[in-house]
Amino acid sequence: MNLFKFSPSPCGRGLGGGGVATSAAPSPQPPPARGGGESFAPLSPAENTCVHCDQAAPPGRRFCCPGCAAAYETVQSLGLGRYYTQRILDPTLRALRPDPPERRDLSRFITTHADGAHELTLAIDGLQCGACVWLIESVLAREPDLLVGRVNMTTRRLRLHWYGSAERATALVDAIERLGYRLMPFDAAALAAARDSTDRALIRALAVAGFAAGNVMLLSIGIWAGEAGGLLHDMGPATRDLLHWVSALIAMPAIAYAGRPFFASAAAALRQMRTNMDVPISLGVILVTGMSLVQTMQGGPHTYFDSAVTLLFFLLIGRVLDHRARGQARATAEQLLTLRASDVAVLQSDGSIERRGQHAVAPGDRVLVGLGERIGVDGVVERGASLLDASLVTGESLPVAAAPGTQVFAGTLNLGETLVVRATATGNGTLLAECARLIEAAEARRSRFVVLADRVARRYAPAVHVTALSTFLWWYFAAGVPASEALLTACAVLIITCPCALALAVPVVQVIATGRLFRAGVLLKSPTALERLADVDTVVFDKTGTLTEPTMALVKGPDFDQFALRIAASLAAGSRHPLARSLLAASGPVAVADDVVEYPGQGIQAGDIRLGSWAFCGRAPSPQPPPAGGGGESKLLPLPLREGVGGKGPVLWLTRPDAPPVRFDFAETLRPDAVPTLERLRRLGLAVRLLSGDHAAAVAPVAAALGIASWPAERTPVQKVAAVEALVASGRKVLMVGDGLNDSPSLAAASVSASPASAADISQTVADLVFQGNLLAPVAAVIETARRARAVMRQNLALSIGYNVLMVPLAAAGFVTPWLAAAAMSSSSVLVMANSFRLRGWPA
Amino acid sequence: MNVILYLLGASLILGGGGLAVFLWSLRSGQYDDMEGAANRILFDDEER
Repeated sequence: MNLFKFSPSPCGRGLGGGGVATSAAPSPQPPPARGGGESFAPLSPAENTCVHCDQAAPPGRRFCCPGCAAAYETVQSLGLGRYYTQRILDPTLRALRPDPPERRDLSRFITTHADGAHELTLAIDGLQCGACVWLIESVLAREPDLLVGRVNMTTRRLRLHWYGSAERATALVDAIERLGYRLMPFDAAALAAARDSTDRALIRALAVAGFAAGNVMLLSIGIWAGEAGGLLHDMGPATRDLLHWVSALIAMPAIAYAGRPFFASAAAALRQMRTNMDVPISLGVILVTGMSLVQTMQGGPHTYFDSAVTLLFFLLIGRVLDHRARGQARATAEQLLTLRASDVAVLQSDGSIERRGQHAVAPGDRVLVGLGERIGVDGVVERGASLLDASLVTGESLPVAAAPGTQVFAGTLNLGETLVVRATATGNGTLLAECARLIEAAEARRSRFVVLADRVARRYAPAVHVTALSTFLWWYFAAGVPASEALLTACAVLIITCPCALALAVPVVQVIATGRLFRAGVLLKSPTALERLADVDTVVFDKTGTLTEPTMALVKGPDFDQFALRIAASLAAGSRHPLARSLLAASGPVAVADDVVEYPGQGIQAGDIRLGSWAFCGRAPSPQPPPAGGGGESKLLPLPLREGVGGKGPVLWLTRPDAPPVRFDFAETLRPDAVPTLERLRRLGLAVRLLSGDHAAAVAPVAAALGIASWPAERTPVQKVAAVEALVASGRKVLMVGDGLNDSPSLAAASVSASPASAADISQTVADLVFQGNLLAPVAAVIETARRARAVMRQNLALSIGYNVLMVPLAAAGFVTPWLAAAAMSSSSVLVMANSFRLRGWPA
Repeated sequence: MNVILYLLGASLILGGGGLAVFLWSLRSGQYDDMEGAANRILFDDEER
């Protein structure tokens, strides 16, 4: 099962250069060019792509950037060129474009063994296919003194094991990062804590139960065939007793071993004076085994060893599947957390720089924040002037200028020059941590969701016990049979009622549905999310980055100047400013202009050509008057729709010595399928709302275009939480879809939550599901799948309960012999599994 | 019916052997990376 076909790709919003690489590629849905543009044949990306990373490259060049050229050179010089012919690239993953080298302190992630060997485990971002695994391992194989360099493709981790100095780690990691992969170290302690022993214990139990079930069933069939009334009826009592004894010898240790997960859980529940599904299971298995042992010793005709072991075998299948589904969720969350953790460069009093973990920075420390780095602390800018992308923190889509004295928050991305920030709050004191606390509080307030299977088990367990007990009492007192015979009949009831199919009913569906969603690009992080999604009746959307695309798009008017765009793009190619990236996305690949100088917060200059705000470009002689309210630094959020040509959106100007200035308008665009998706949601009977932190003027057109009547705007994170909680309190089941840090508390407050993969890391961590790609359709698809899954779960539960209703009277009346019990039990489990597999056949 | 004793012995030893091998392969981590194993087979090993 290819569960990790796509990476959660938390680098989507510009954690380092990965974001640039992705957004610099031509947008799949560029704003429609009306007129003008047709005279110029735009370069399709297929015509010239980089040999190494397969992204668009400037015409006539083999590589898109020097990093890729160097990576290609390295691969060829090592004789690994086969990689390029054998790989299969997944366009949804991070492109294989190397980031500029970054100095990192890996020492606190390295564990050193007693024999002097060092070990380091890293998460790999950008792993595309088997060829990537081969390439990484082959490159590492060239390194001397490296003992193990092995990629785990399922968990997307690289384990390094080497002798020599611990500092070798940097060289090893660099060798792989130069190829274009991004590596993030795992904390050794966290890794040890997360190492999953339960999964293996369950599989061992499953293996033992399977072995015992097969062998005991083999013997049991012999007994059934040979007993009086069987096919052969020529088996003597001595042979039968022998076979019973061998069965007991196999079954008893197997049950003692394989039953432990159930016994332990049942004991824990009983200690807390509760019952769960494991109580009737344990009771049934133990009683049946004990009863059969007594029968064997007395030389009786009927034993139920086969039923007891087969029962455990089926139950363990359900348990393993269930655990896998949960484990997947946990592994994903771990990966996200690791990719988020980054170091902070602290400026020492002697001018040297020390890299520390975020928690080791104290208020008052001076922190250095380079280009493309995220600020790790809350603080005040002390030196430097730059542009900051605070979209993760405030939801504001345009960068803000920072100068000495500006208050900055952890999680903000530096788009310009290096800043020195004096920390005012660190670690748990930051706004980021404050949001994390809001999330925790919201999660604590949210009532715990009880999964369907548990709700059924709560009523089912007592009913089973009462039935078995009354069967025994009736036979013993009313019918007057001996106690052992009455007990045997009660055991038959317990076997029939053992919730074997019931225990499979939900996990099988869950695993199949989760797998389907994975292939559709939706990562389900919470195992209960599927059931909660099926209940949803209201969908609340955030605007910026959720209903609209995460980046602003260039608006091309009727007299759009394609040539000017190419010039502007060649200036913008080196910038991380979001508007510059949008220019690049609109123009397609261009060669970078020479001698480009970027003035953070103002614009870009190359010789006489300037690109930037009017104030910046206006210095060049110009016949046009400055437009009112224009300028790249405008914070007004603009015309949200494509129709907004000539409006008040953010603007860039291009001035050249020999041509009139050209104006580029930018606007937020709706995700390409936002309208049909909302239509689809409404057809599913869902109420759709919009909840935005943005200005009403910016929200209104979006709401109008999508036909949303309820669209509160200018909401703070606290107000958003309150609004979502009010909806939940009024009895609605709310699906919250949002991407910003400011949405994360309300994501936690909603009944179930979703984030696009471009969302802030913390939102992705909080959200129950993360959807990949440029489209909104997965939100509707996931609800449809969840509803179908719930329908199948209910069918399964009905099937297994119906089977009980049918069989229990027979068992209580004493008609059920061991072979009938075995056949009925297995067939109900198989029926439930077969029904679940119907989910796979449904069209997506 | 003495043949049944041989049959029982043989089936238990064979079955038990299979179980032991499976538990060994589980312990030695052969099921840790199913996806990687499926892909690795397509590529030649690099000799060191």
